[in-house]
Amino acid sequence: MNNIIVLPMVIPLFTAIILIFFLSYVRVQYWLSLVALVITAALSGYILELIQREGILRLDFGQWPPPFGILFVADSFATILVLTASIVSALILIYAYYAGQSEHDHPRFFYSLILFLVAGVNGSFLTGDIFNLFVCFEVMLLASYVLITLGGRKRQLRESVKYIGINVLSSWLFLVAIAYLYGTAGTLNMAHLAERMAEAGPTPLITVISILFLIVFSLKAGLLLYFWLPGAYSAPPTAVAALFGALLTKVGIYALFRIFSLLFYHDPFVSETLLGIMAALTLIGGSIGAVAYNDIRHIVAYNVVIAVGFILVGLAIATPAAIEGSIYYLIHDMIAKGLLFLLAGTIVTLTGTGKIEEMSGLIRHYPLLGWLFFIVILSLVGIPPLSGFIGKVLLGQGAVQAEAYLLLGLAFLSSLFVLYSLLRIFLNCFWGETTISEGEETPLRKGLIIPSFILAMLMFGLGLGAELLAPYVKEAAETLLNPNLYIEPILYQ
Amino acid sequence: METLIILLTGFLVSVAVYLLLSRSLVRVIIGTSLLSHAVHLLLLTMGGLKKGGVPIIGEKTLAYTDALPQALILTAIVINFGVTALFLVLAFRTYQETGTEQLDQLRGMADE
Amino acid sequence: MKINDVILQTVTKIAVFIILTFAVDLFFAGHHHPGGGFVAGLVFASAFVLLGLAFDLETVRKGAPFDFKKLGALGGFLAVGTGLLALIWDASFLTQTFITVSLPIIGELDVATVTLFEAGVAFTVIGVVVTVIMGISEGR
Repeated sequence: MNNIIVLPMVIPLFTAIILIFFLSYVRVQYWLSLVALVITAALSGYILELIQREGILRLDFGQWPPPFGILFVADSFATILVLTASIVSALILIYAYYAGQSEHDHPRFFYSLILFLVAGVNGSFLTGDIFNLFVCFEVMLLASYVLITLGGRKRQLRESVKYIGINVLSSWLFLVAIAYLYGTAGTLNMAHLAERMAEAGPTPLITVISILFLIVFSLKAGLLLYFWLPGAYSAPPTAVAALFGALLTKVGIYALFRIFSLLFYHDPFVSETLLGIMAALTLIGGSIGAVAYNDIRHIVAYNVVIAVGFILVGLAIATPAAIEGSIYYLIHDMIAKGLLFLLAGTIVTLTGTGKIEEMSGLIRHYPLLGWLFFIVILSLVGIPPLSGFIGKVLLGQGAVQAEAYLLLGLAFLSSLFVLYSLLRIFLNCFWGETTISEGEETPLRKGLIIPSFILAMLMFGLGLGAELLAPYVKEAAETLLNPNLYIEPILYQ
Repeated sequence: METLIILLTGFLVSVAVYLLLSRSLVRVIIGTSLLSHAVHLLLLTMGGLKKGGVPIIGEKTLAYTDALPQALILTAIVINFGVTALFLVLAFRTYQETGTEQLDQLRGMADE
Repeated sequence: MKINDVILQTVTKIAVFIILTFAVDLFFAGHHHPGGGFVAGLVFASAFVLLGLAFDLETVRKGAPFDFKKLGALGGFLAVGTGLLALIWDASFLTQTFITVSLPIIGELDVATVTLFEAGVAFTVIGVVVTVIMGISEGR
């Protein structure tokens, strides 16, 4: 019994509820939620250390032993993601506070909603029961539905109708898949399911169910079925978009990793071939989208799609090195996408337009902003010593070992498209003659640039300190590749 | 009995799909609501339909019903309730803001 | 146009109390029989909605002069709080417990933490439903 592992979900949840009593005190709300997120981050760091010492931790809710009750399971993979998510959302919260006065009309529920979102995200990472995963997904999505409409501009409302529609439909499919899974296996506990799936082998029914799950999580993660993503991610205010870009698709990716490494790895057609094809198509589609648009928000949103494809290449290859690379890249991408969306949003707020041809010479007035943007570009492309490098190298290594040269080629070619699409923003917006005359520029508040700066420092830290993180990532990859390591502590201890 | 329920589920899904494909936002919302009712029935059927007592050891009944699908459905209903309420509010706001709830008229407005 | 709704209003005046009593009954029935916090909350909220339909929202606000958003939050607080209470006694999250008390007239009664949890759920449902309906009918 380890009550500590429920805290990363319960602390944000509880704080979010308490915040509703302080609706009119924005400052109190801000500080409370910041403290809650910092505590959550610290606790998840501690849990990560605890897992190193004691192995996978589990908590049975209401002392119902698995597989009867629902439970939380903390392994290295989940906890690393919880830690990163908490840190990134805390930083985005700081940005939101300073941007808040100008950007949102109704910031009263804003902090509550962010905390609900974080609670849902952390819960999805930590849960060990597939129906509970659905519930946590819904908590996260409900919060995101409201967040995307905050401000209530026409464009936001229109995008949110699409966003909610597509997500309601995918949640429905999720329930259908769960129903079939329950009818087939008679359990919903993930470890128990894994055992039953291993006994049954790849029967046609199980293959169908696995494809259903693939569709569900592909919709949520934006793997191939990403058509809803650019619109939805470019509509909301900056801080919300950053939160979406950093966290939401990552939960879908986490679910894909968990499901296809634990439950449905018996049929290589689905878990390798189909996933590989989908990842490849995602890379191609994302690259085309990133180059095709002229709106900075759209370009950035398509970069999310590329990253999704890139990370899932690792899952499709599924060698130890590739999985490790994917995990490194997943952590890196949470930080980098948060930063990228913050910077892009800041640029849009400063210039009042999203079209890259309408701005120029920003670096004269905002040098720090410009260089931060440049650092993100380098990091996303994978230049050492920044954080994207280690993930790309390991993934490349894994692909070479598995002789998946096509995927390797596409993955690295997509990096070039990332470079091109973002450099286009950089050259158009920051280089060139400035269009804003001296003294006329909108001042850039410190509160907006400090979170971005910390995120950039985190990217350096992750790149240089990859060695420190190595034992955790190694263990995470081991657990993913060897389901028995996951099943054992849950069912037999 | 299972066959009947499955047929009912299929009927509900087809009605829901018809509604989802319509242009009116309110109909789309009713469609999503019907969809989830269909899946609740499916969940119930997947757990096995049978008569029996509560699944507690010591109660003197021969057949037990499976309590899990009912718990799942209850949770799913609550979530569906939340989502539908929110979707309705959003539809109303959209109607207020844009003056239409026809989806084809919402498309591609040049307002920014 | 003024609609004549005398019948609706008269029926509502009586029906509201029946609905509210039924909601309370459902809530306590939920301990061992079908019923419970969610259903009770919905029925409870429907009474307020009926009031709003038959009269107007002002009547509801006068009859129940508190912030329904805060009521919802209080419910969430209770529900999560009872889960967290278990942590103090070093039991797993959401562990429940009960004591049996003997009361005059009523007799033996199980007092369980799950009742508190259910009360939380009921409050949340009432808060959310009434807030949403009021939000829509007022046009924000």
